Amino acid sequence: MKKFAYIDATSVDTVPSLLGRRFGQAQVLAGGTDLVGELKEYIATPDRVVNLKSIPGLDYIRQEDDGLKIGPLTTLADIETSTLINDQYSVLQQAVSAIASPQIRNVGTIAGNICQRPRCWYYRSEDFDCLKNGGDTCYSVRGVNRYHAIIGGGPCYIVHPSDSAVALMSLNASVKIQGPRGPREEMLDDFFVLPELNIMRENGLRANEFVTEIIVPASKPNTKGIYVKVRERDAIDFAMASVAVTMTMSGNTCSEATVVLGGVAPVPWRVPDVEQFLQGKQITEDVASAAAEMALREADPMSDNSYKIEMTQNIVSQAILDLA
Amino acid sequence: MSSKVHVQARINGDDVEFLCEPRQSLLEVLRDVLGYTGTKEGCNNGNCGACSVILEGRLVNSCLVFGFEIQGKELQTIEGMGSPEELHPVQQQFLENAALQCGICTPGFIVSTKALLDKNPDPTEAEVRYWLAGNLCRCTGYDKIVRAVLDAAKAIKNS
Ligand SMILES: Cc1cc2nc3c(=O)[nH]c(=O)nc-3n(C[C@H](O)[C@H](O)[C@H](O)COP(=O)(O)OP(=O)(O)OC[C@H]3O[C@@H](n4cnc5c(N)ncnc54)[C@H](O)[C@@H]3O)c2cc1C
Ligand code: FES
Ligand code: FES
Repeated sequence: MKKFAYIDATSVDTVPSLLGRRFGQAQVLAGGTDLVGELKEYIATPDRVVNLKSIPGLDYIRQEDDGLKIGPLTTLADIETSTLINDQYSVLQQAVSAIASPQIRNVGTIAGNICQRPRCWYYRSEDFDCLKNGGDTCYSVRGVNRYHAIIGGGPCYIVHPSDSAVALMSLNASVKIQGPRGPREEMLDDFFVLPELNIMRENGLRANEFVTEIIVPASKPNTKGIYVKVRERDAIDFAMASVAVTMTMSGNTCSEATVVLGGVAPVPWRVPDVEQFLQGKQITEDVASAAAEMALREADPMSDNSYKIEMTQNIVSQAILDLA
Repeated sequence: MSSKVHVQARINGDDVEFLCEPRQSLLEVLRDVLGYTGTKEGCNNGNCGACSVILEGRLVNSCLVFGFEIQGKELQTIEGMGSPEELHPVQQQFLENAALQCGICTPGFIVSTKALLDKNPDPTEAEVRYWLAGNLCRCTGYDKIVRAVLDAAKAIKNS
């Protein structure tokens, strides 16, 4: 690991100037479960590590009139076991309990989970100077791309690793961001960016910005959500494919739905066409399989990952039928 | 000026002071600076749980935490559990159930089990398996470990 100076931040306002304007010079430390790995492999080589845990009051879950507010340093374990997170947000708890292991959920934070870097094995290896590491090749294109993107990829084909982000997007969540000129708020729909827009980052945070809150609006009555994740190893593993679906039902008709795919694209992949298609439909097996097919219509698999299409279709239709 | 940081913490009930570099993980500090070699290094990246310790009552992977982060905190390691003369009930049940072969994973499993039973003294088998998902064993096939944990829960309840 490269040597770095370590700074305990003491307030939200001072973090932007501690981070500075150039990417790579400084890095925010939350639980460290992702950052420590990146530092060990020399993927992240900052001069300064800015610890957020020394800032009081960033670890909370509050139910307010307009929805749920989650502090950035709230651990995944606290979200998993919180009794404040009631039924309407259960898709988030389902997703969080499918993340990593108890050890990692005890330390890993919700903002860290959303902002974690991708797990592409070329990106994570010191030996490959890939596009994301500032090189000029995406090695997955001619290499082993079993776990890479089938939608939205190019010129880099990572998949976004976060389970919680998929669930949060299905709940229409947004994030509060602190920058040098104060706070701003952004829907998660707009927070993540595709590699074609910015190959070096997975979200639109500037170098001197960080996430200070996650805001989940209250959902309509009779809304339920489900998270389905497929992994190779059930104990600990990132998603080969996952889906978060929420549906508002009136009787057996779906009046509103959200559908977000995980593990298949460089960002949590929302499918508005499917959401519209489900509106006003009675949920039958035929409707669910039509929705599943539509969800993967844009898929353009690589040499080793076409299996993900059918896998994802299956969990999409399973999720829709389970909620009806 | 030294680039080392000065850290004070409580480890297994003892006050401990040490110097470490900011980039040293808690696992490195435990093993290489302080000589607590009961905590093992397996993968060094969060996958195997051999490095499990209990920090402020929470089970964590010491390979993914920095040493300086335990400043002012309470840490429990495998060294704090039982002694050769008087094994901790979890250790005793691992022995009786032959829940180990090579043993490299055992300190991690025992510490994880303690963290589980501290919170949930009467876990179901499903809860034991869910909780131990962060601990990898290449030898035993897990069944004996799960039985040892369930027996340890019983033994602690009856003691
Ligand atoms: C073995 C293993 C298995 C895993 N499996 C899964 C899985 O199945 N599903 C899944 O979703 N994740 C998985 N993870 C990832 C894990 O959940 C994340 O590492 C964790 O949630 C990150 O949170 P943290 O607080 O530890 O973040 P850190 O490691 O502290 O930070 C992660 C990144 O986010 C940045 N960051 C942190 N906080 C903020 C903030 N407030 N604002 C802006 N940037 C910030 C950091 O600079 C860093 O780049 C796994 C990790 C490991 C090691
Ligand atoms: S050495 Fe820490 S989890 Fe494997
Ligand atoms: S006993 Fe050998 S790894 Fe578990």
